Amino acid sequence: MTQAILREILDYAHRANPYPLYEELRKTPVLHEADGPYVVSKYYDIQSLLHDPRVSSDARNLKSPAADPLAADAQEETALPPSFLRLDPPEHDRLRRMTNRPFGPPHSPRRVYDMHGELKDIVSGLIDGIDNPDRIDLVDQVSYPFPVTVICRVLGVPREDESRFHTWADTIAAGLDPAPDADREERDKIVHNARTELGMYLAGLIEERRKKPGDDMLSELASSHGPDGAMTTMEVLSTAALLLIAGHETTVNLITNGMLTLLRNPDVLGRLREDPKLSVPIVEELLRFEPPVQLVPQRTTLADIEVRGVTIPKGASLWLVLASGNRDPDRFDHPDRFDPERGDIQHLGFGSGIHSCFGAPLARLEAQLALSELARRLENPRLLEDPPPYRQNAVLRGPRHLPIACDGIRP
Amino acid sequence: MSGDGSLDRLKRDGRIVVVGASLAGLRGAETLREEGFTGSLTMIGDEPYEPYDRPPLSKQILLGRATADHTLLPRRRAIDAEWRLGVPATGLDMAARRVRLGDGDEVEYDRLLIATGVRARPWPKEDEAELDGVFVLRTRDDAYALERSLAQSPRRVLVIGAGFTGSEIASACRERGIAVTVAERAAAPLVGALGGVIGAVAAELHHENGVDLRCGVMVTGLEGDSTGRVRTAHFSDGNSVEADVVVVALGATRNTEWLAGSGLGAGPRGIACDAGCRAFDIRGIVTDDIYVAGDVARSPHPLFGYQFLSLEHWGNAVSQAETAAHNMMSESADRRPHIWVPAFWSSQFGVNIKSVGVPTMGTEIVIAQGALNERRFTGVYGYQGRVIGAVTFDQSKWLQFYQQQIETTAPFPPPFPTVDRRLEGQHPRDADFPDPSVPTHGPTVTLSGYAPDDRRLTFTPARH
Repeated sequence: MTQAILREILDYAHRANPYPLYEELRKTPVLHEADGPYVVSKYYDIQSLLHDPRVSSDARNLKSPAADPLAADAQEETALPPSFLRLDPPEHDRLRRMTNRPFGPPHSPRRVYDMHGELKDIVSGLIDGIDNPDRIDLVDQVSYPFPVTVICRVLGVPREDESRFHTWADTIAAGLDPAPDADREERDKIVHNARTELGMYLAGLIEERRKKPGDDMLSELASSHGPDGAMTTMEVLSTAALLLIAGHETTVNLITNGMLTLLRNPDVLGRLREDPKLSVPIVEELLRFEPPVQLVPQRTTLADIEVRGVTIPKGASLWLVLASGNRDPDRFDHPDRFDPERGDIQHLGFGSGIHSCFGAPLARLEAQLALSELARRLENPRLLEDPPPYRQNAVLRGPRHLPIACDGIRP
Repeated sequence: MSGDGSLDRLKRDGRIVVVGASLAGLRGAETLREEGFTGSLTMIGDEPYEPYDRPPLSKQILLGRATADHTLLPRRRAIDAEWRLGVPATGLDMAARRVRLGDGDEVEYDRLLIATGVRARPWPKEDEAELDGVFVLRTRDDAYALERSLAQSPRRVLVIGAGFTGSEIASACRERGIAVTVAERAAAPLVGALGGVIGAVAAELHHENGVDLRCGVMVTGLEGDSTGRVRTAHFSDGNSVEADVVVVALGATRNTEWLAGSGLGAGPRGIACDAGCRAFDIRGIVTDDIYVAGDVARSPHPLFGYQFLSLEHWGNAVSQAETAAHNMMSESADRRPHIWVPAFWSSQFGVNIKSVGVPTMGTEIVIAQGALNERRFTGVYGYQGRVIGAVTFDQSKWLQFYQQQIETTAPFPPPFPTVDRRLEGQHPRDADFPDPSVPTHGPTVTLSGYAPDDRRLTFTPARH
């Protein structure tokens, strides 16, 4: 019966609303059946394990990767060395520290802040491009292209190359979310080619930046003069790929889930229209209510760990169901209510601990700007389909399309 | 106060006086309102300022990066209080329930919250302390005076005492490119709080950042020039140093003198209270109407053998004030104990140092993660086979785990593997706290098992 819940969570039929399944899941806070992973679903347990040094993110510590129903999907074929997402300290710390140096405080406190104007222009441009207010696909027209453009700007991809970059990103993202009936071999080949082309393009760009550095992240990663020295080209490539993939799909989902939730809660949408500053608590509550990463499937135990009387053995695969912890009534009052005014929104949407979302400050700003601009400019927006069609992916969960209509676009 | 309506009357139109208008006083007052108190609230503070935050005073303020209004504490809610700022409390009449003020006024209370905190321990020789260029650092005025003199590019600053405050001041001076000498009586910086193993790392931080660190010496005298300006400091090893600015960072003194003779169990080591924050009188009997919170309080902690802990920690001030205010507004069955696990942080020489538990109780230490020589590590302290404290240098994200280990009295040394365990993490070693008979200025945690009316000033970390 318990195994059935896991299967149901992965079952596409429940993609639009997995939350009743999570509620069921929390009745067995540490769930384990047969050869499957240990599934942890309550807030405080997840929070503890995210800070537990006996838990590894390095897939090489997994006893039997095959036991994990998501393992095959999650790890793409790649010749690149593992990115810091899949490493433990000290390698993780070194790479993340070097990546952070040109990105955030203390060395670059203004990188994200200074992008405010540029991000707003990108969003405005995308909304300007909406030609038919009777049928808008918010995903294809706004929330999908926005983060790719932002990543290009952060990395320092020249404007004239941005469209090539979009094409590769589209192909790779589609590969992460295969339609069930697609020809797997053919799909893998296309994705592999896109990865190779993207990798070669980035490698060329890195060489250029080494010779002639700009003030973009790629230049700084390739030629960092910090105490840790410079990254190798392979390390820069692997890091750039991580920023692209991890920062893309998740942000798309955050914005799309955000607009969907606002359209289901028109009073909140109305308040946001009046007061753009509300976008700050709205995005935090969204990260709790509809987190773009539903669960963390790639952790492994280095020792036996006891959680609520259950001993999770060394070498076991862990699933930390963030989206369930976010709806845990032991942590949040009325967890199924979308309420940006709740005083306490310490969600798990960005994870926690040493692997907490690297791009969080950027993702927050992107979502805040996108949602407040959409609220301000779309006249009388409404959903054309509810629920909308979802992507296959149960981990990076979000609508594939969000068809909406409005009476017009305000300037 | 059980079901006879007296609590309701107190909540509705009682008179509550809070002495001490800093972090603990403010958070206590806010909690009282949060708990439904609608009576009169009086806030008494000896400084003329609204409640402000102190941690930035030895950091951003000394670097000239923040201004006064940036240090005001954010308010959680309106507290609708009568503020008596710039007026110290000078006496307490427990029988008549009255607080005497420095301006001669008296304020009556039904419940009293004492949060008078600590002040910087001054340089013991008064004439030398009065020389121009000699500073302490505790208040906003202290910080601005020191910052102004640092802005005038002194040729050299002498910091007396390498505890957390002294080290942060030295760090700020170096960041501003000012030459600095640090004189420390113990063998290394921070040893009083973290022991010699960690102290050695702190000493390296000083050296690498160009601090002229002199350990194992005392400053025996300060000498001024003819205009009354400090010029030279003499050390116990016979050396001397020329300095335009001298900062005395020898720890803190608890603000309890105003309670002398009141009958309350208050002395140089603070005001003793029960775990519910109610003050003891000198007979060791707990009072019903006087509560204590923050740096000035000393309360028994069940996790640490019920020893009376007095903690000069930011988080402790907040938590204890909330508990005190809650208990003031509750029937006895609804009261909560103050069982906050000690925690503090410091920022110096670009390193974020954080600690949980009571390292000073530790006899052994193991570097559970990272490496001392990389300046990024997690040190875990053991006492009688259990985990009693932990410290991180630039690894604070692991601290929550070790706090849970402390709370569950987990075995020491940790018997399990972790990420980033190195060779030096295999074996515990002596944590190397200084002999308690040699006073140091710096421990932020002082432990004692003595009765509340005991007023002897003794330093008693647990030793084997």
